[in-house]
Amino acid sequence: MTKDDALFQFLLRMGDNTLILGHRVSEWCGHSPVLEEDIALANTALDMIGQTQLWLGLAGEVEGNGRSADDLAFLRDAWDFRNVLLTELPNGDFGQTLMRQFLFDAFQSVMLNWLQDSSNTRIAEIAEKASKEVSYHLERSGDTVIGLGDGTEESHAKMQAALDYLWPYVGEMFDGDAVDAVLAKEGIAPDPAELRPEFDAIVGAVLAEATLTVPDSPFVHKGGRDGRMHTEHLGHLLTQMQWLQRAYPGATW
Amino acid sequence: MKHEWPLWEIFIRGQHGMSHRHVGSLHAPDAEMAIKNARDVYTRRNEGVSIWVVQAADITASSPSDKGPLYEPSESKVYRHPTFFDIPEDVGHM
Repeated sequence: MTKDDALFQFLLRMGDNTLILGHRVSEWCGHSPVLEEDIALANTALDMIGQTQLWLGLAGEVEGNGRSADDLAFLRDAWDFRNVLLTELPNGDFGQTLMRQFLFDAFQSVMLNWLQDSSNTRIAEIAEKASKEVSYHLERSGDTVIGLGDGTEESHAKMQAALDYLWPYVGEMFDGDAVDAVLAKEGIAPDPAELRPEFDAIVGAVLAEATLTVPDSPFVHKGGRDGRMHTEHLGHLLTQMQWLQRAYPGATW
Repeated sequence: MKHEWPLWEIFIRGQHGMSHRHVGSLHAPDAEMAIKNARDVYTRRNEGVSIWVVQAADITASSPSDKGPLYEPSESKVYRHPTFFDIPEDVGHM
């Protein structure tokens, strides 16, 4: 694998994570339990779509086949996506959405923190811009996890159920492969396993305050970040997200 | 109604050196979340550099029915406006 091949894969992973999760969170628009959360979630979704433009835009440049961020977002099929499975899972209830957001925000904040010192200056610049948004996302989702986890009996039960359901998807974010090895050697991107202790510290502190218990199971669902096997949910999401470009190719706003 | 979050009044400072101005209100479970919600609801278009939140229940307001005794007496006291003084030209615009 050449360095550019690995770089392209890495940029797809970053861009597809924010694209797919951004789309998922946007599904709440107009449906949130309260107006204030509705606006906040829409802001978060838009931040992630904005980050996607940067990551996938750079991915298209690195690939060198003239594909734009829009081409990559709207004209690939499920098996070409490189997002972790966590990001494509259905929203579930509000608590499950916020738990998924918190787990991703914690990962993303640690990842972006590392990438700000990447030897690739384009990546370092994107990471610096995105990390300000992600710091806020993490603060907000973390506070909500604490508020609901350490809330009523019902909200606590829902948050514990959300954590039990989502925890087996956490491991994939730290499951490095040959792509990561090539980039780690060049100082472009980290070996994701290296990020785990910092993630565990952030998540451990919040979950303890939220009175929630991390499931005691080492089982890990994977297959998203290498595209080997996505969940059935991704295809359904893409039919919603891509239908306009599929039905009216080249349509512009 | 007891399950409703309390109402908060939101004040935003638009630029350094300006005063905080009332921009609206929102619901939130506590002061910290009120600031976060205000950030998301009222500063999306780069409107602010500082946010104050005050629980609406903590604001004491004058009563509209008191407007006679409170405000009308000042209507006839034109001498309270500093328009009767000759300003020397050297002072310029005040």
